[in-house]
Amino acid sequence: MISQTEPLLAASDIGVKFNDRWVLKHISFSIQPKEIVTLIGPNGCGKTTLVKTLLGLLKPTTGNVTKAADLKVGYMPQRFTVEPTLPITVERFLKLAHNNLETQQELFHTLGITQLMATELQHLSGGEMQRVLMAYALLGQPNLLILDEPIQGVDVGGQIELYHLLYQLRDYLNCSIFMVSHDLHLVMANTDRVICLNQHICCQGKPESVLNDPAYLALFGESAAHSLALYSHKHDHHHTIAGEEKI
Amino acid sequence: MDEFLLRALFGGLGLALISGPLGVFIVWRRMAYFGDTLAHSALLGVGLGFWLSINPILTVMLVCALLATSLVILQSNQKLASDTLLGILAHSTLSLGIIVVAFLQGLRVDLFGYLFGDILAISWQEILYIYLIAALVLIIIIKLWRALLLCTLNTDLALVAGLAPQKLQFILMLLLAMVIAVAMKIIGVLLITSLLIIPAACARNFAKSPEQMAILASLIGMCAVSLGLAASFYFDLPTGPAIVVSAAFLFLLSRIKR
Repeated sequence: MISQTEPLLAASDIGVKFNDRWVLKHISFSIQPKEIVTLIGPNGCGKTTLVKTLLGLLKPTTGNVTKAADLKVGYMPQRFTVEPTLPITVERFLKLAHNNLETQQELFHTLGITQLMATELQHLSGGEMQRVLMAYALLGQPNLLILDEPIQGVDVGGQIELYHLLYQLRDYLNCSIFMVSHDLHLVMANTDRVICLNQHICCQGKPESVLNDPAYLALFGESAAHSLALYSHKHDHHHTIAGEEKI
Repeated sequence: MDEFLLRALFGGLGLALISGPLGVFIVWRRMAYFGDTLAHSALLGVGLGFWLSINPILTVMLVCALLATSLVILQSNQKLASDTLLGILAHSTLSLGIIVVAFLQGLRVDLFGYLFGDILAISWQEILYIYLIAALVLIIIIKLWRALLLCTLNTDLALVAGLAPQKLQFILMLLLAMVIAVAMKIIGVLLITSLLIIPAACARNFAKSPEQMAILASLIGMCAVSLGLAASFYFDLPTGPAIVVSAAFLFLLSRIKR
């Protein structure tokens, strides 16, 4: 791979073993500044484990993760359960990430959470929670945003909406994005590079080249062809896709 | 007012003050059963203190801290669910404590007082200990408030923010051990957890923020202590249980109000 600049994050030969079973093996890749990298793979392929390893929440059995000196990670977790006995409003929660929320009104406006400030976290819908968590991650002014896919409570339309917002915000934020998805329909738009994971990296590259890769087709089979059709629509018919997917 | 009653009130209010901010974390982090286990082991500390002629407050802290440590180690290695583990530790340490105390027949140890509290027998010196520990615990909680809150909300976010949730959890355990050591005399090892949990649970119905909930829990705890002491004085009730029943009564009221 040609890289003019130093990567923000580089994984070299990462392997993770849980109870004598290898969950990840021989994972090597890097994330360049301002790059959007999407990690896809079927459920149980080790996506969340890889994310946790990159974040440093999990120590790999083999290999290591090298981080740039100025790396600042913003993280959106896969699940966020709110303890019902803990009364906390969106505003108070966001204050844990940033002291002066007054200066961040533009971000909140873009994410559409301005009117949620006084709401308790436990009363948010799945989609609202996602946007609040994104605001939380962005408030730290990261140069790498890591998003694990949401498990529950967010419909596909909401998810596309969220990614769309993210693309808008990226220019303003100037940061790299590493995101995870198991849903091929949600992956491709604006992604610089796709990494296909199934315990090891099956293939990686530009979305177009990955789509034609035999390893990718073997992993996703029939649905892969389907996603190709959707992908070609994606750039200019964002809302149509959102509409189609809403049942 | 009789001096013994004044002492009881002072001691009780000091304990209620600190059980607010500590209690909310016990409730939020679902550590109630853990608190109970630590409290059960406190009797072993009392026994050891008398046996070795050391101030029981010190030995109780030590035993509780040891128990907390061994629990952390056991939890990471064992395949048993943590409530099973806690059940094993709670009752074996309590029984061991009673056996140790029984061995000290030469000494006069008021077992009943340690189990259910004997607030009316509290001395000014013990009150001083309560306020010293309360001040220390309060300062630590305020200093770590933001970090503790983030860890309680989401461990992963806390880790990414560079915090050490396991270390903070352990600090919380040690703070709990310290409070148990001074609370034991007032409310008894079997009832301590109630003073941590009930006011916090009661405060949840009114609080709009984590900070409000902590302060309200302290105030509700103070009400419960005052009510319990008054009831105990006028109707000649056992004081520790009277305080707990008052707290439970306030909790019931808060549910009805809602």
